[in-house]
Amino acid sequence: MSKKSREFLINRRDNQYEVVIGLEVHAQVLSESKLFSSSATKFGAEPNTQVSLVDAAFPGMLPVINEFCVKQAIKTGIGLNAKINKRSVFDRKNYFYADLPQGYQISQFKDPIVGEGKVILDLPDGQKEVGIERLHLEQDAGKSVHDLDPQNTFVDLNRSGVALMEIVSKPDLRSPDEVSIYIKKLRSIMRYLGTCDGNMQEGSLRADVNVSVREKGSKEFGTRCEIKNVNSIKFMQMAIEYEANRQVDLIEEGKTIDQETRLFDTKKNETRSMRSKEDAHDYRYFPDPDLLPLEVSDEFVNKLKNEIPELPDDKKKRFINEFKLSAYEATILVSDIEIAKYFEEVVAKMGKNKDMKLAVNWITGELFAVLNSKNLEITQSPVSAKNLAILVNLIKNGTISGKIAKTVFELMLKNDEDPQKIVEEKGLKQQSDPKALEELIDKIINNNREKAIEYKQGKEKLFGFFVGQAMKASGGKANPQLINEILKKKL
Amino acid sequence: MSDITKQSLTDLVENIKNKKLSSSEVTKAFIERSEKSKVLNAFITEDFTSALDKAKKFDQKPNLDLKLPGIPMAVKDLFCTKNVKTTAGSKILNNFVPTYESTITENIWSEGAILLGKLNCDEFAMGSSNETSFFGNVQNPIDKNLVPGGSSGGSASAVAGQLTPITIGTDTGGSIRQPASFTGTVGLKPTYGSCSRYGIVAFASSLDQAGPMAQNVKDCALLQEVISSFDSKDSTSIDFKRSHYSKELTNDIKGKKIGIPKEYRVDGMPKEIETLWQKGIEYVRDCGAEIINISLPHTSYALPTYYIVAPAEASSNLARYDGVKYGYRASGDNLIDMYEKTRSEGFGAEVQRRIMIGTYVLSSGYYDAYYLKAQKVRRLIKNDFDEAYKKVDAILTPSTPSSAFKIGEKTNDPVSMYLNDIFTVPVNLAGLPGISIPAGHDAKGYPLGLQIIGKAFDEQNILNIAFAMEEKINFKNKISDWWIK
Repeated sequence: MSKKSREFLINRRDNQYEVVIGLEVHAQVLSESKLFSSSATKFGAEPNTQVSLVDAAFPGMLPVINEFCVKQAIKTGIGLNAKINKRSVFDRKNYFYADLPQGYQISQFKDPIVGEGKVILDLPDGQKEVGIERLHLEQDAGKSVHDLDPQNTFVDLNRSGVALMEIVSKPDLRSPDEVSIYIKKLRSIMRYLGTCDGNMQEGSLRADVNVSVREKGSKEFGTRCEIKNVNSIKFMQMAIEYEANRQVDLIEEGKTIDQETRLFDTKKNETRSMRSKEDAHDYRYFPDPDLLPLEVSDEFVNKLKNEIPELPDDKKKRFINEFKLSAYEATILVSDIEIAKYFEEVVAKMGKNKDMKLAVNWITGELFAVLNSKNLEITQSPVSAKNLAILVNLIKNGTISGKIAKTVFELMLKNDEDPQKIVEEKGLKQQSDPKALEELIDKIINNNREKAIEYKQGKEKLFGFFVGQAMKASGGKANPQLINEILKKKL
Repeated sequence: MSDITKQSLTDLVENIKNKKLSSSEVTKAFIERSEKSKVLNAFITEDFTSALDKAKKFDQKPNLDLKLPGIPMAVKDLFCTKNVKTTAGSKILNNFVPTYESTITENIWSEGAILLGKLNCDEFAMGSSNETSFFGNVQNPIDKNLVPGGSSGGSASAVAGQLTPITIGTDTGGSIRQPASFTGTVGLKPTYGSCSRYGIVAFASSLDQAGPMAQNVKDCALLQEVISSFDSKDSTSIDFKRSHYSKELTNDIKGKKIGIPKEYRVDGMPKEIETLWQKGIEYVRDCGAEIINISLPHTSYALPTYYIVAPAEASSNLARYDGVKYGYRASGDNLIDMYEKTRSEGFGAEVQRRIMIGTYVLSSGYYDAYYLKAQKVRRLIKNDFDEAYKKVDAILTPSTPSSAFKIGEKTNDPVSMYLNDIFTVPVNLAGLPGISIPAGHDAKGYPLGLQIIGKAFDEQNILNIAFAMEEKINFKNKISDWWIK
């Protein structure tokens, strides 16, 4: 198996296979009410407390489209550089299940609200475009709970009718890593737009993963299998790896791959057949006669276009141009809207004489390390952007050294204290008075005459010794640059 | 007043407003007659005690500015009524008590009317004779063992038999107009989108429309005025300017152009129907209207189209009756077994037949050939009417191809039963308003109706034409009270 960043190849004997992946991502629309009813959508509410007569499909109840959800879908479409369809149609997808009260799911089949688009992936060795086939709106089903009672299954309809966006990619992905980057990019775009919170633990983002394999270089697609409802990036990667190898093994054994729907067993780390193509449901799609076709005007779409914030790709370009960041740095900083916000706030608070590199290093270095170790989001950062900016400025203008700054940063973590104050109170200000430093260094040279002579005779290593002595004598506060200059002069 | 129940709605409203009658007197009179009329089997659920209470309450503090002040009224059991059992004529909803009210009944109660009870109908409104009801067939007050038509059979029987001064039915393919025709009453199917479908048990969503059933055109206009409203809870409700149908009712139809579609002269149409239609043409001519021969070329495709579209939608609309949430549940070994038993035991034969047809025509591989084709033909049928309305203001046709038939006569022949809807179905497919008025009797003395079809949202016009014709026809319903000993 070879694992270059963009390639995921499986080697068997003399054959080399590549994997082809397409995703159907189900993203819960960020909305306070459901797609066709006014029930609340809060996560974690008591079972069956967010259910209207419409959600429970009582006789004579009718769906009424939630305009906000339509706007969210269109905004997401714009974020995916996709065609917004001015006319879309809600269809009924008919099947029986206990947690599907209507006996059908309202979805969009032939005429989705959003058509073809694309997403740019930032890979370590460049960019890759992934095609979007479509985005459509649909209702979520309720939840069947099988493990509360040995005899009965319970049904919770809180999710029933919640708005989902199904985002279907083209089969453009080629490795588990690309899938991870793609999902993260989608999530990033939707979080920028405020159209989906992307919270995978709460089920706001899950995916059906279509996997096929083919001999490297082949133009034909292999037979694909669909792995249903995978709810974490790690599981998606594991499922793909397992599934691709399973398919390759079948080919190598001279067997055929059946087009089927499979489940990923997270405990056993394997995919299992759920139903074959022959057993596939006939969903009997037809336009929902309770709903008129959804028509949106150019004006409606244009108004939403004006509400679109700067998205990660544009922000990245701007960071590179405006702040002279490297592509790598910019990619990291724009990956999450909250990180980008934090960074921009730091930049703003640093004022005119700012050191962009230093700021980036502090955010992606010290700050990220702290966030990681404490498992915090940047919005929960113990150090505010304002105080981090002050700290960076203190380093930049020579008030403290980088080393002292680390001490100050540690102290800031407690109560998000002003670093200026810490420096003053703890007397950590850098010793930058040349006269005082000269006196200090004279003293050190006098006390170490022999070593000074050795240095002059060519033992250059001893320079570090003198620097160390000077720093020690100053309690670590001496400006290292000045120390260097003075020492060079005096020795 | 001994013959309270013989009075029209308009008279009753007048008498209550003039304080010649109290709501209690009126309510009592209809209840007493209903008690003597159990043979008709018009009611599924009686709400008499509660009705008398409400009437008493009304009389204590009568609001006489309302349009239906203290008027008792029974409604088809397809309308959800808060805290009153609503069955849709089906075993599967035999124990279902809604916690909510349909928009239309809400409109009616807020104009002062009082619920008498819920009226029998074909199961889920699927039928043309009221014989598919789980609660038994309904007798036509016209004659013993005669069907009242369907699906609003209980409603038609109750109005003709004077068990309620007026009522509402629903019409998916003729379910208001055909029973009105069979019982010598007036029935209006409004334009699709005129009356809210919220809280009405759905049969076929793109065709269902509720409407008034009455003893005369004026009563019908008054009730239409009350029930028609824009409703944001129904996405297919249309916000158009509704006229004051009863106030603006006029018999002046001079100069109106009335179309006579040649395609409605179907093969094997009884002579009596042909004669009635001819008489109708003369009546409107007498009223000063102009008769114009028109063509609706796709008429013969309407019935097959209807029997694809309606079952397709029904098969999906009825999926919710699965024993999980409410209604009848059979016990089963597992979920699928429970579904199968619940639905096999809970639905009657006709409903099962239509679910099967609907499921079939929507299946992949058949969808294009049936459902999609039917939708295209539906468009052509609508285009026919659009073309015709460039030349005429309304269209006059018979309501049904025959008078009422005997109970059991057609139960084993679904196709012959379906043929009952041949003149009414195109109107639903095109979403237009249509009214059936009694226009004569056949040799057996059974009533026959004529249908006036209007342009979309032009209820006022067809009500006016019906009003003018009613005056000329001077129809008298022959009710012998045969069922009262």
